[in-house]
Amino acid sequence: MGTDDTPTVILDAENEIYEISGRSLPEDVTAFYDPILGWLDEYASSPNKKTIFTFKLVYFNTASSKLLLDILMKLEQMHEAGNDILVRWYYPEDDEDMQEAGEEYADIVDVPFEQVGYTLS
Amino acid sequence: MDKKNVRGFLEFVYDFYKSMKAHEITLVYEGEITHQITKAFTSLTESNMAKEEESNSVQKKVFHVMVECLQNISKHADSFGSDDFLFAGRGIFMVSKGDSEYHVTTGNVIENSKIDELSKILDYINTLDKEGLKQLYKTQMREGRLSEKGGAGLGFIDIARKTGRKLEYHFLPIDEESHFFILTSTISRNE
Repeated sequence: MGTDDTPTVILDAENEIYEISGRSLPEDVTAFYDPILGWLDEYASSPNKKTIFTFKLVYFNTASSKLLLDILMKLEQMHEAGNDILVRWYYPEDDEDMQEAGEEYADIVDVPFEQVGYTLS
Repeated sequence: MDKKNVRGFLEFVYDFYKSMKAHEITLVYEGEITHQITKAFTSLTESNMAKEEESNSVQKKVFHVMVECLQNISKHADSFGSDDFLFAGRGIFMVSKGDSEYHVTTGNVIENSKIDELSKILDYINTLDKEGLKQLYKTQMREGRLSEKGGAGLGFIDIARKTGRKLEYHFLPIDEESHFFILTSTISRNE
């Protein structure tokens, strides 16, 4: 479960849920994201038929931005290896910066990328 | 303290208070910047801004800038002096709020040998427009390695992007080995 400085992370191959949401400014970004990258390495060896990976962040610091790119690059590798991958980037409708961050990632990595705006309730 | 010293101290406290008011400082801190401090300051400022019904976009910008400034100190501030209690990762941190803008100011010690490189980075960032900053951020994210302290070299670029202004910085001499590095970031309250 997420806290005020770490996002909620769900990596559930059985139920096909792959999601990072909330706020990300962990004290030690590498320590926080390493297990996620490790999980993806393992998952990449026998992935499900389709993988829809969801990012639904409301804030991340610059140190986290680099690690989010590392995750996207793993998904890119899986896509290049012939797997069916889709990234869904959710952003609050009134948050241009978060939308732009999604666009920037979509530019950098070569992986099917969908932007979804939502209204914060 | 004898009577004279007490009086001097009281005057200092009152002057300090007046000076804070005059500069519209809402938060000031000197010391080690830890993760807990970062969390406490950002959440304090967040709730103050929410109380004052600051727009979402201003709140987010101030939050972004505060986090990056605080992390710059905690990761890059050099130590000053040889006394045991003066160690690295310390600095001064201030937030002030005027009628039309917020200022986030940091000050920390930097060794002379690092000044050239730092000013080169800052000056380069200041030559870039919105699109240039975006490209640099992307390149740096792709090619930059996380340093052992967890810095990705992205903080200053992010501050320039979020504020939409040039980075305003100064180096004041301390002694033969070091300078005091001051960075002031301004976030406009009217969008």
